[in-house]
Amino acid sequence: MIGSREPRDHYLEIFRAREAARGGARDWTAPLRRGALDAFAAAGFPTTRQEAWRHTSVAPILAVPFGPDGDTGRNGITREAIERYTFEPWDCSHLVFVNGRFSPALSRLRPLPEGVVVTSLAEAVAKHRDLVEPHLGRIAATEGRPFTALNTAMLADGAFIGVPDRVVVPGDIHLLHVSTPHGGPVVSWPRTLVVAGTGSQVAVVESFVSHGAPGPCFTSPVSEVVVGDGAGVEHYRIQREGDKTSHVAGIVARVGRNGSFGSWNVSLGGALTRNDLECVLGGEGAQCRLDGLYVGTGTQHVDNHTSIDHVRPHCSSQEFYKGVLDGHARGVFDGRIIVRPDAQKTDAHQVNRNLILSEDALVDTKPQLEIFADDVKCTHGATVGQLEDDALFYLRSRAIGLEMARNLLIQAFMSEILHRIRIDAIRAGLECLLYTRMPHGHRPEGCV
Amino acid sequence: MLEIRDLHANAGGKEILRGINLSVRPGEVHAIMGPNGSGKSTLANVLAGREAVEVTRGEVLYRGRNLLALSPEERAWEGIFLAFQYPVEIPGVSTLYLLKAGVNAIRKHRGEPEFDAIEFMALVKEKLKLVEMDPAFLNRSVNEGFSGGEKKRNEILQMAVLDPALAILDETDSGLDIDALRVVANGVNALRDGRRSMLVITHYQRLLNYIVPDKVHVLSQGRIALSGDRTLALDLEKKGYAWVENHDGGDRATAP
Repeated sequence: MIGSREPRDHYLEIFRAREAARGGARDWTAPLRRGALDAFAAAGFPTTRQEAWRHTSVAPILAVPFGPDGDTGRNGITREAIERYTFEPWDCSHLVFVNGRFSPALSRLRPLPEGVVVTSLAEAVAKHRDLVEPHLGRIAATEGRPFTALNTAMLADGAFIGVPDRVVVPGDIHLLHVSTPHGGPVVSWPRTLVVAGTGSQVAVVESFVSHGAPGPCFTSPVSEVVVGDGAGVEHYRIQREGDKTSHVAGIVARVGRNGSFGSWNVSLGGALTRNDLECVLGGEGAQCRLDGLYVGTGTQHVDNHTSIDHVRPHCSSQEFYKGVLDGHARGVFDGRIIVRPDAQKTDAHQVNRNLILSEDALVDTKPQLEIFADDVKCTHGATVGQLEDDALFYLRSRAIGLEMARNLLIQAFMSEILHRIRIDAIRAGLECLLYTRMPHGHRPEGCV
Repeated sequence: MLEIRDLHANAGGKEILRGINLSVRPGEVHAIMGPNGSGKSTLANVLAGREAVEVTRGEVLYRGRNLLALSPEERAWEGIFLAFQYPVEIPGVSTLYLLKAGVNAIRKHRGEPEFDAIEFMALVKEKLKLVEMDPAFLNRSVNEGFSGGEKKRNEILQMAVLDPALAILDETDSGLDIDALRVVANGVNALRDGRRSMLVITHYQRLLNYIVPDKVHVLSQGRIALSGDRTLALDLEKKGYAWVENHDGGDRATAP
């Protein structure tokens, strides 16, 4: 309940207020948003009685009267202030969003090849309808997915990245989503659409950070990624929000023939995190690789649900998620792989490894394989373990103190995923971030 | 250097060591031999500080201090090194990193300045030659993908770098062919300097042809059944461990 209202009604009211604020000016996204609202209203928020939400209760989110940030300014955030979030030195374009709204003053674009569109979603909806309309809202389904539906209904701003056929975008594009409480609990619905044309290549990094005095925030982003035939898209998510933030994200990628989608999903922050990451291998020879790292301490709850859909033959998928859980943290991994009847010669591999550092930390890990073709290679494996006594003893017998030995082994566990991150600035930045949590471990070079 | 008095210890719920008495002076190399189950590895683990081993009686004095009161890292700081029989693999931690962290921890404990990366590399490169190892091994994860011989050589490299006062070599020869054995033994011998003591634990006499001990002790059923000089090892090879069991409790002089 939010006050005396059902949470669903609270958000329906927010929608009505926003529609009223548009002053009746209809844009072409109106039917999309209206349809999404109906899907949200029909589904309602999930409960733990539903299989997909069995281990993750959204009650903490539903108890807070979140509202969108009405300020169209940048909440007093300066360029200097966000420098700590930009993983310098890193030669890339930075688009900064504050509570879901694009902030041109805080952003800077490096020069891009002709025809490449990197702009706010609001601007793209207004000026590039031909590029946006074929894809917006058509990749991420809303039926039975209330959070995605709500994000689509509340569509206002975010990022659009459009790459023409055969263009390779040099350098990376960083979408920095800053949430900052503004007078009251703030909800933001960032929306990202990436459309990579045939044979093109682009790398996009989405960071989620909290800024300013701690306060309740609810970040509910949706990213849609279209990977054209023979195209390659890298998508990185670095979630490092504060401990009063709830983060419920949807990412859906659709990969065309011989296309490739790489996803690196790192969850470090937030009190409650739920990522639903879906990859549809819709063309023959498509491939995807999903790497993930989640770290939970204190009372954090982090839930990663992934889904890889092998629709066509000769597609390959590699999934490697690692979790580190300490304190009373709770981790959830649910990895679904569907192999449709036509998807012969599918090659799918899934691995989930969890490191539990305390007696009270918990993880639920579950692979879900639905295989309907008969000529496939599909492997999966999950482990849950503690630091190896033998390894700890070996390090201590070589004069390394117990705390440092533990931290070295924890860092070694995480480094397997970090070393799979191509972008040096991100990898180095994450190593430093993680080191500051474990000061007696290995200090990476360049860390303060 | 090392005084073991009436040491009794349990492992896996069973009593393994049943009254070990041993005295090692600085610079001496003692061999500990014995059949499987006699307690050789348990003895090594007690000295290194393995929690899985429970000491029930007796004491161990290292340079006059109660060794059993020290944690594994404290023992390393005090100059004790154990070369493992089965060195564990540690993915994600390089040998170079391990050694630098260890050396600097020891130096810090002694109030000596820590080595920087360049100083340390110079030190390590010297020691690599002792065990005929390629510098490329330093950047690999500790023991990951190493052959048996490479793992044992890595143990001796670590010993050379960490420069212990008392080294315990737990069946360093197990699983090695003649060539690997020769390299490992050369490394160990190069580290004999008249001040460093060693406990060489082995099942077979062969290693002792290369690492010639000052004294040989034979373990049987948790006790030292016989002690003598290096010729005892040769006798053992001829007569087998059963011969020892029939002469439990003796010094060499009293065995027929």
